[in-house]
Amino acid sequence: MDSLYTLTTTVNGRIHTRVVEPRMLLSDFLREDLALTGTHVGCEHGVCGACTVLVDGVAVRSCLMFAPQVDGCAVETVEGLAPGPDRLSLLQEAFRETHALQCGFCTPGILMTIKAFLAETPDPSETEIRETLGGTLCRCTGYQAIVAAVTLAAARLRTQGASP
Amino acid sequence: MKPAPFQYLKARSLEEALAAKAALGDDARFLAGGQSLIPTMNFRMAQPTALVDLNGLTGLAGIAEQPDGTIGIGALARHRDVERSAVIARWQPMLVEAVREVAHPQIRARGTLCGNLAHADPMSELPAVMLALGARLTAQSVSGQRMIAAQDFFRGVFTTALSAEEMLVHVAVPPLQAGTGTCFLELARRKGDYAMAGVAAVVTLDDRRLCRSARLAYCAAGETPVLAEPAAGLLVGAVIDADSAAAVGTAAAEVLAPTGDVQAGADYKRHLAAVLTKRALLAAADRARGA
Amino acid sequence: MTNRHFGAPERRLEDPKLLTGRAVFTDDIVRRDMLFAAFVRSPHAHAAIRAIDTAAAAAHPSTVAVFTAADLGDVLRDVPLVVPPPPIDGLVFNKRTQRALAHGKVRHVGEPVAVVVAHSRYEAEDAAALVTVDYDPLPVAAELEAAAHAEAPQVHDGVAGNVAAIAHQMKGDYDAAAAQAAVVIRRRFTYEHGLAQPLETRGVIAEWDSGQERLSVWASTQAPVSLRGGLADMLGLTESRIHVVAPFVGGGFGSKLLMYYPEEIVIPWVALRLGRAVKWIEDRAEHFVATSQERGQIHDAEIALDANGVILGVRDHFLHDTGAYNPYGLTVPINAQCSVLGPYVIPNYDSRFTAVFTNKPIVAPYRGAGRQHGVFVIERLLDLAARQLGMDVAEIRRRNFIPPEAFPYRNGITFQDFTELTYDSGSYGPILDRLLALVDYDRFRREEQPRLRAQGRHVGIGIVSYIEGTGIGPYEGARVRIESNGRVTVATGVGTQGQSHYTTFAQIVADHLGVPTDAVDVVTGDTDRFHWGVGTFASRGAVVAGNAVNEAAEAVRDRLIAVAAEALGCPAARIVLEDGRAVDRDHPDKTLALGDAARRANPMRGAVTPGTQPGLEETRYFGPDAGTTSSGAHAVIVEVDPETGMVEIKTYVVVHDCGVMINPMVVEGQVRGGVVQGIGNAFYERMVFDAAGQPLNATLADYLIPTAMEAPTITLDHVTTPSRQNRIGIKGVGEAGAIPVGPAFAQAVEDALAPLGPGLEVLDIPLSPDRLWRLVDRAKQQCGARQIDALTMT
Repeated sequence: MDSLYTLTTTVNGRIHTRVVEPRMLLSDFLREDLALTGTHVGCEHGVCGACTVLVDGVAVRSCLMFAPQVDGCAVETVEGLAPGPDRLSLLQEAFRETHALQCGFCTPGILMTIKAFLAETPDPSETEIRETLGGTLCRCTGYQAIVAAVTLAAARLRTQGASP
Repeated sequence: MKPAPFQYLKARSLEEALAAKAALGDDARFLAGGQSLIPTMNFRMAQPTALVDLNGLTGLAGIAEQPDGTIGIGALARHRDVERSAVIARWQPMLVEAVREVAHPQIRARGTLCGNLAHADPMSELPAVMLALGARLTAQSVSGQRMIAAQDFFRGVFTTALSAEEMLVHVAVPPLQAGTGTCFLELARRKGDYAMAGVAAVVTLDDRRLCRSARLAYCAAGETPVLAEPAAGLLVGAVIDADSAAAVGTAAAEVLAPTGDVQAGADYKRHLAAVLTKRALLAAADRARGA
Repeated sequence: MTNRHFGAPERRLEDPKLLTGRAVFTDDIVRRDMLFAAFVRSPHAHAAIRAIDTAAAAAHPSTVAVFTAADLGDVLRDVPLVVPPPPIDGLVFNKRTQRALAHGKVRHVGEPVAVVVAHSRYEAEDAAALVTVDYDPLPVAAELEAAAHAEAPQVHDGVAGNVAAIAHQMKGDYDAAAAQAAVVIRRRFTYEHGLAQPLETRGVIAEWDSGQERLSVWASTQAPVSLRGGLADMLGLTESRIHVVAPFVGGGFGSKLLMYYPEEIVIPWVALRLGRAVKWIEDRAEHFVATSQERGQIHDAEIALDANGVILGVRDHFLHDTGAYNPYGLTVPINAQCSVLGPYVIPNYDSRFTAVFTNKPIVAPYRGAGRQHGVFVIERLLDLAARQLGMDVAEIRRRNFIPPEAFPYRNGITFQDFTELTYDSGSYGPILDRLLALVDYDRFRREEQPRLRAQGRHVGIGIVSYIEGTGIGPYEGARVRIESNGRVTVATGVGTQGQSHYTTFAQIVADHLGVPTDAVDVVTGDTDRFHWGVGTFASRGAVVAGNAVNEAAEAVRDRLIAVAAEALGCPAARIVLEDGRAVDRDHPDKTLALGDAARRANPMRGAVTPGTQPGLEETRYFGPDAGTTSSGAHAVIVEVDPETGMVEIKTYVVVHDCGVMINPMVVEGQVRGGVVQGIGNAFYERMVFDAAGQPLNATLADYLIPTAMEAPTITLDHVTTPSRQNRIGIKGVGEAGAIPVGPAFAQAVEDALAPLGPGLEVLDIPLSPDRLWRLVDRAKQQCGARQIDALTMT
């Protein structure tokens, strides 16, 4: 049982090996060790959802995992969403079109939550969308535009037969 | 809000995990989902000296139906797995109903059923459901295994029958009798919050549609989940209708000892428990009639 | 100028960065050799500090330094007042402001006592836990009414009754008016507003460059220019030696105003002292006790009306909880005092408030900033009056609206901006008409509600009107420059926290210069890019900075046209600006690209003649003599489960008037977001302290911010009454949605439960299922008692 832990993880398709203190939260590991600051820290007690990332395809709170726990896992963050440097994914574009973000601080966590959600629920009801968004707080928008964005993105993804 | 330092062991086998816990003692904790433990560590309200991480033990993640209809749920089965299990949906729908009230999808993606039970938060839904369903819990340590009935498992706030060396490795939920309907109902301030009151109702009807047996268990009702046996017993032999259900709700609420908090007073919570009991019994009876 | 961009629902220019994780927020900034700070905070609401032992913390292997008040030298003094009190006759005001670190006493839980600097935040917290403070607990003044007693424990020595301020404003003669009234209604109202809780907490990074002798500060603030001034004052530095940057800011809602927050002073001071960059990011646990809050007021109010429901006068005496210190002066209670007047003609008004120190965190503006409290009082008084007079709630409002011909309307009392409270324009009747049509009010009353009531369901409607003072001075400025590549740069001193300024300011400029909005780069919140300004708060950013942007763009346009006319050899009147070029209208083949015009205005040879300046650049300042007045009306239909006290919002409709809209999509976002904060205020959010001043629900699991499951779908419509205060006719919109939700909710719940008996009155916000159940219980008992009385009489 060492006081430091060496972990190897794939983040947005890139492999990283780092030595960390076991107590390093996944959120801080992504932000500080990997300089992926798109994942935001809002509460550090698992309520606000701003830090949500995908671990092996599942949306989780990165403030409620320790970095060693993603040893051997594939992590996806908001930085991995866009198809290219000057392009937005269909989901991101839908958020822009419907004004589903204002200050944008909660947005990365919501995008990651919805990416996982739409992959499993391609034709969601409004209630399903709202239940899923229930795990992420937004203080600016009042959520209506986010619900609209998710609905719009789902419809377009179905038309294109694409995954989010 | 950063956790204090701790030693970390990623267990490669159950035996290794149990041996480590036995060696490290009370100040070490098992880490399964961590969705209750890690927030308290971030607030530094919990400062375990070591964490034994069980997440590599994928062999403990199973949910399986046994030949007698019992459903077995392993230590690493996550809420999300329970929520999506076809076997559970078919045979124990109340468990799905209740687990969907546990926090939010991102929490349910990590949190485990066994971890939730071992945490023994009396506010939590699932201990009450286990009482209502008469689940049997398996504790294991380096010295062996033992079975604990759900009724004997919860001893106080965050306190269980587990010793410092034991891990809750398995939960067995026995099959429902024929003619049984179940319902879990709760009221929370927001969806996903801990409930102000919550009830798990199990009703079995005889072929004349009279109540053969009933079980009622409550979360947010005291220092442990509460099984209201005498009140539920009032229903035996009776028709379950609005009047009888309301009477049982009132009787059950009298034995509950909820704690008032900033959201709701104890008297209000007790009142809610009575109202929810009535509603849950009527719904469970309806389902039993359809069963 | 033709409006192609101004007024259009254009997609936001800031979104690509925010959607891809490229937007840089304060916590994303890393400086070389950066250290991390954690604060040691008081666990007591009121205590004397006997001794602080930092030895163990200093000995921690990661610790670089530990500082307490004793180390601060000249910086240890009461911070200045941010907003002095307005000139009101007979005003009592006791200034008591905080210090950078507590010295001698702590006066609220969370007050910082020491700061620990280490190599990581984790280690800074490890070491901070080793600081031991010997406290001598003192009696606590926690609850507002108790704190106002003459014998209450004193938050500040020598301030008996904890009087922070007393302000009495009057017009007319209320007593004489009440003497003639057909109806006088008197009630006690309590209204608690909550916490801003932006998703991004506060944070500061400071770095001292000894070579340049400059202090750089990155802060999550709504007022970077004001913060620079405050730091210069506290640290004794020349303002120009301080560079403050507010990068992307994750929401503010008032909580990130200039407050002389201790951390904003201490972190730059530590950076100067150590000569190294230092970062402090507030965590959520700190946020609940270290950042300003709004809380409660207790209003004893009465209204006098004639038999037709026409208001003769209002009297309102109230207590305001200002917390342990009052750096932000009287903004919140003055707003409450002024908001009671609403959109109504109230000829006689007698309003007196006492602001009271308590051993709780500082109270300062949070979205609405006291307006909620005032609007609740007048709207509830009108509802109760309507009930007593047997009038419809919409009709009693209509009878009292300020008529369209009465604008500008002078209210005869002083507003928070020191001017007489004056409404520039408004269309209160048409707004209400539109609202009633959208919610189908008559049909609801005539058919829907009776039908549902017959089914035993408890469904009710609330209809409220409100005004919001917005767009106050003193001023903002903007510089518009055409760059040599044809792009346009706009710089202003306001901060931005999600209000879409990167887009709306670009929209203003684009039409003037004939460029697409995405050719306009807006810079806000960087004091080196624009020196002057005040900040983004009080629904003023778009109005005040927007008008400065407009005027600067117009001036650049004039210069651009002059340069183009000369270059193209045609009269200026023939120059048209389109597609990034100046065109001779009569010879469309003769064009000058904007970049070429910019280069032409900055020649390498030849003189810039006296009285002119190089480049296509202009700076303008806009300083309105008074604010703009937005207005609106909300309707909500709720269903109440009287057995449980749970409430479901079935319908929510807003009709809003913020004058001319720059971008309706942005306006709608502001309103909807505001409404959901208002719903939080009405039914979910309440910061609870016990009698010892301890916060009881300082987590996001216990302080209930509405989620998508609690937020309704909101129907929105606009009425446009241009402002008379500025040439583009715009008014502010930032706070509007949040303001009238409490009284709308209260009225709807009361209406839903009306069948339970006439005694049920909702006089307190926030409601909760528990509170509602108790109201229902009491109403049933009263109703039962009446029935028994009736039986006895027969």
